[in-house]
Parts: sequence; structure tokens; C-alpha cells
Amino acid sequence: MTGLQVVFLLIGAVTLASAVMVVAAKRVMHAALWLILALVGVAAAYATLEASFFAVMQVAVYVGAIAILIIFAAMLTRRSMEDDPARLNKGWPAALLAAGGLLAGLVYLFSRWTGFSSPARALPEGGENIAALGLALTAPEGFLVPFEVASLLLVAAMIGAIYVAGDLRK
Amino acid sequence: MLNDWLFVGIFFVVAMFLPAAAITIAGFLAPKKPNPIKNSTYECGIETVGPAWIQFKAQYYVFTLVFLVFDVEMVLLFPWAVAYNQMKLFAIVEGVLFVLILLGGLVYAWKKRALEWV
Amino acid sequence: MSFWYDPVAFIAEWLRGVLLGWGMAPEGAAFVLTALGAAIMPLLAMLFVIFLIWYERKLIGRIQNRFGPNRVGPFGLIQPFADMLKIFIKEYITPIGADWLPYNLAPVLSVGGVLLIWAVIPFSATIMGVNLNVGLVYIIAAGGLGALSFLLAGWGSNNKYAMIGGFRSVAQLISYEVPMVVSLLMPVMLTGSLGINDLVKAQTIPFIVTLPAAAAIFFITSVAEAGRAPFDLVEAESELVAGFNVEYSGLKFGMFFVGEFLHAFTISLLFSTLFLGGWRGPGAETYPLLGFLYLVIKTFLVYFVVILFRGSLPRFRIDQMMDLTWKVLTPLALVSLVVTALLAKPLAGIPALQAVVLFVVNAILLMVFFSVAGKRATPKRAIVGKPRPLATPHHEDVSA
Repeated sequence: MTGLQVVFLLIGAVTLASAVMVVAAKRVMHAALWLILALVGVAAAYATLEASFFAVMQVAVYVGAIAILIIFAAMLTRRSMEDDPARLNKGWPAALLAAGGLLAGLVYLFSRWTGFSSPARALPEGGENIAALGLALTAPEGFLVPFEVASLLLVAAMIGAIYVAGDLRK
Repeated sequence: MLNDWLFVGIFFVVAMFLPAAAITIAGFLAPKKPNPIKNSTYECGIETVGPAWIQFKAQYYVFTLVFLVFDVEMVLLFPWAVAYNQMKLFAIVEGVLFVLILLGGLVYAWKKRALEWV
Repeated sequence: MSFWYDPVAFIAEWLRGVLLGWGMAPEGAAFVLTALGAAIMPLLAMLFVIFLIWYERKLIGRIQNRFGPNRVGPFGLIQPFADMLKIFIKEYITPIGADWLPYNLAPVLSVGGVLLIWAVIPFSATIMGVNLNVGLVYIIAAGGLGALSFLLAGWGSNNKYAMIGGFRSVAQLISYEVPMVVSLLMPVMLTGSLGINDLVKAQTIPFIVTLPAAAAIFFITSVAEAGRAPFDLVEAESELVAGFNVEYSGLKFGMFFVGEFLHAFTISLLFSTLFLGGWRGPGAETYPLLGFLYLVIKTFLVYFVVILFRGSLPRFRIDQMMDLTWKVLTPLALVSLVVTALLAKPLAGIPALQAVVLFVVNAILLMVFFSVAGKRATPKRAIVGKPRPLATPHHEDVSA
């Protein structure tokens, strides 16, 4: 068991535990904080895979923007200040059955995947190459169209949000 | 590169641990004499009225959303900027187009008075 | 001789020799050195804040035509230690109903978020935490963590005013992050890498000369991100009663205070690294200690300017702050990004011409924006009601 494997198991355990606590926490604010820990855990997992750019982008975008958005959205409701009494709803046996069936299916599929026994591909020398990502994003045979469509999508999201928020001077 | 991240990880743990340790030490050194008047929340010298909940302005949400849009734009622009020196003019113009579309979105938000602090 | 050339590397090599002499494996020795470096650096940074507090108080005192602290020790040098001792033994008054986890996490996160930035800054050609290949985005991410801590402080205090202060603070921080990020794209364009040491090495001509618009935007937005005057509305003493940290006392408040000072110094460090050339200077590559000295001089110059801002400028109103960032700085940053992108590549072969052209274009943009956009940014407000006559004192009723 190399050091890297120990670190990865630790990160995975922390991420999974915080993900469970997101749904199990009593107060909405605590759930948001557990979500932040889960997102940081994902970023740490990216770092163990030597994908540094994605690790820092995960923290910058998810923790720096989306977590704040979620906390603001949680505060929009008055009930966020109170403790939520009911943790389980009435349909929980059926939900448990469905989740267990899904888990069994996934385990069966993974047991037949050959990727677990074949060695992983070696990373290119010198670590990750962000310049190559930039060139690929703007190459016509690469990801040019998704790149430009992404900007249109972002502007559409902004316009939609402003429209839905309505005239804020009311 | 993993060594770099190991350094960052240890640095993060130490950077969080140092203030926490200082606060804990001061917690031992300081007196502890709570009483209900001292512990009540501050409201400009008078008794607190009502729960600590305020009407949340929708303006905060719109600001955060516009910031999120620009943050995601940054994710796509940083690789473009890193590859800038190796790109042809066509690729540079594509990036400029990306920025101009987002500038258009900003102008729309400005005209719709979504960026004002009402 | 080699100690004076590069003290840190000398000590590191000596320590490695000692560890290997004890029979430790090379990977173990490397790990111990890494851990030692990562542990000592935040400690040194936090101890350095004590000097910064003294420096700022003396300088603000002089700007306000008074001596700073000068009784405790020669030139008041022991004053910060005395203040530290006092704040260590003050009681923690926790308000009723405060949420334990956000309330206590906020001061730790606010200092931790700033300390994280020190891991990637190169202090000389060889002294640095780690030359992370995505150092610049790492700095942006660490800033986001700091913004989160103010939200937690406002929420966890169970106080209406703290919550309002926390929301306003976060709204200000995220609004100013947009032009900062866009302005950081321009040095990256000219360098071709996100690593901070690569950015420093690429500055044969400092980026403040070739990209003055980016430098100006980065400086203004960093001062706003640090919550310093003139952008310190949310924690100013006379508005909103100290904002999000009204319910904090003792060392928890001290940690917010330390975080703010450290953040102000860190942005000076970042500005001099990214735009003034960092440790570059005559002879810095062969004598790394000299590079460190250059960086210290440049940083203290910038820090002096930051303190000068605090001492001389009046505070912004919140709507003026928001107008400044969304309607002046963000369009300026985006337009200068477009202009730099279109101009820098064709002139890349001739560094001198590229520098001159970029400088001229950026200067034109800056002048145009700050004269035109400032007027168009604030909306015209209609005057409601008629002006009333002034009240003048009547003198007939005064008896002799």
C-alpha cells in the first residue's frame, strides 16, 4: 500500500462521509458546509491524479462561486433558520429497495470491467499541458464549436436569470 | 508534481491549524464568565427584537449569478491565454469573439438595471 | 561563502545531509524537508504580521500628523507584542444562539485562506514554497476561500447586523473578483504559463510597463478584495457597527484583524511579483539573497502606497463601489484584454516595439475609461420635492 493509495483512500472516505452528511444534516447551513467539504475532497482527488488545473478550477468555481450561490439560495427561505425536524419521509422502504437494486447493478457491471486489472496508461512527460488544452479548445477539428457555444450558453443563462428575477426596483 | 501537491496539502493543514491552536490557547488563558446580558446579541444597545432573519434582497442573488457566469468564462479563457503564444491568428480571434459575446451579456445586464444596488 | 549566496538552500542541504547520515531513506529525507518547509512558512508569515501592525500604525499616525505608538519600547516596537498579550487574555463572549461550527470556523478560515497564498510566491530565484504549475489560479481559489469565511462569520453570529454585513462583504468581494481575474489573464497571455515563477522569469520588461491597464485594475481590485480603505465599508467602525465581526471578541476578533493585515501585505507581495518583476533585478540570479532583497523593497513600496490610500481617501458608498466594479472596471478589463490579444501576437518578435505599443494603447484605454465611463456609470437620480428655504436665525428677539 503506497503512500499515494493511503492518501487517496483518506480523501475518498472524507468526500463520501461529507456527501452523506449533506443529506443527513439537521440545518440547511450545516448541509451547505458539508457540501463545501465534499467539493474540496473532489478537488484533492483531482490533485492526486496530477490534474492540477482541474483541482484549482474546482475550488475556484465550485467553492468560490457555486457554494456561495447555494448558501444565498438557502438563505432566501425563512425556514433556513430553523432546524428541519423530519429526516426521513414515509416512502423510505421503497427508496431503499430502489437504491439497493441500483447498487447491485453497478457492482455487477464493474465486476465485469477489465479496467481494474490492466495497468493504467502512463501520463505524458512533464505533467499536464495546459497549452495543449488551449490549442485543442480553439482548433476547428478540436473543440472550437463547443467553446463558442459555451459562451452563448453562459450569456443565455445570465439573460434568463435576470429575466426571472424581474424588475428588481420593485 | 505530486510532491508539489503534498507540500500544498501539508501547508493547508498547518495554515488551518495555527490560528485554531492560537484560538484554543487563548481560550484556556481567558476568563469565562458568561451571563445572559453579556451574551445577548448586539442591536445598537437595545434589546433584540425578532429573530435574526432579514428580508434577503434578490439583488445579491443576481450579483452572484453574474459573477458565476464570469467565473466559468475564466475557466475556458485560461487555457486559451496559456496557449496564446503558440496560436494562429484564427484561434486568437476566436477567443476575442468569446470575450465579446460575454461583454454583450454584461451590456444587457447593465441596460436591464440588474447591476444596480437598489 | 555559499551560505551568503543562498541561505535557505544551504540550510536545506545541510539538514538533508544530517538526515541521510542518520540512515533515513532519501524519500523520507525529502518528505521531512518538505514537511518542515511547509510548517515553518506559515509560522514565519504569522509572526511577520506583528511587524506589519507596528509599521502601519506608525505610518497612519504620521499621515494624521501625530506620532504612532512610541511609548512601549524604542519607537513603539514592543507595542504590537503588548497588544497581542492583551488580546490573548480577553474573554470570548459567544452570543446566544450562535451556530458553533460557522462561528468558530470563520476566523480560522479567514487567516488560513490568506496564508495559503504564501505557498506559491517565489521569494527569490530559489526560495519558494512550491512552483505550482497553476499558481495563478490557485491564488484566485484561495481568495474564494477567504470570501466564504465572511459569509460564515455573518451567518454564525445570529445577529441581523452581522448578517447584513456579511452579505454585503461577500457581494463586494465577488464583484471585485471579476475584473481581477480578467486582468490576470493578460500577464498569462504574455508569458504562456500559469506558474508564478515562470511569470517572474518572463518579465525582462516589468509588466507594469507593458500592461499598465491590467496593473491598475489588479491593484484597485486587490485593495477592494482585502477590504482596505477606501473599500472598507463593510467593516468600518462607524457603519453597521463593525459589520460581520461585531459578535467576535478576544483572539477570534484578533484573527480577523491579523487576516486583514496579512491580506494587505500579501496583495502588495502579489502585485510586486506579478507586475513589478518580483525578485528580478541586477544580479538576482547569481545571488538569490539579493533577489529576496529586491522583492522586499518592491513589496514595501507597494505596501506604503496601500497604507497611503487608507490614510488619505474617503470611503466609498456601497452603490458607488458596485458601480465602479461592474460598470467601469469590468468593461475596461474586457476591452483591454481584447486589445492586448489582438496586438501582442503580431508584435511578438520585436519586444521593444511590443512594449511601447502596448503601453501607449493601455494608457489611452485607461484615460478614456476613467474619464468617460465614470460619468456614465452612476444613474441620474431625479430630485424629489422643491428646495426649502434655509433656516436663518432671527435677531429681533434677542434682548440686550
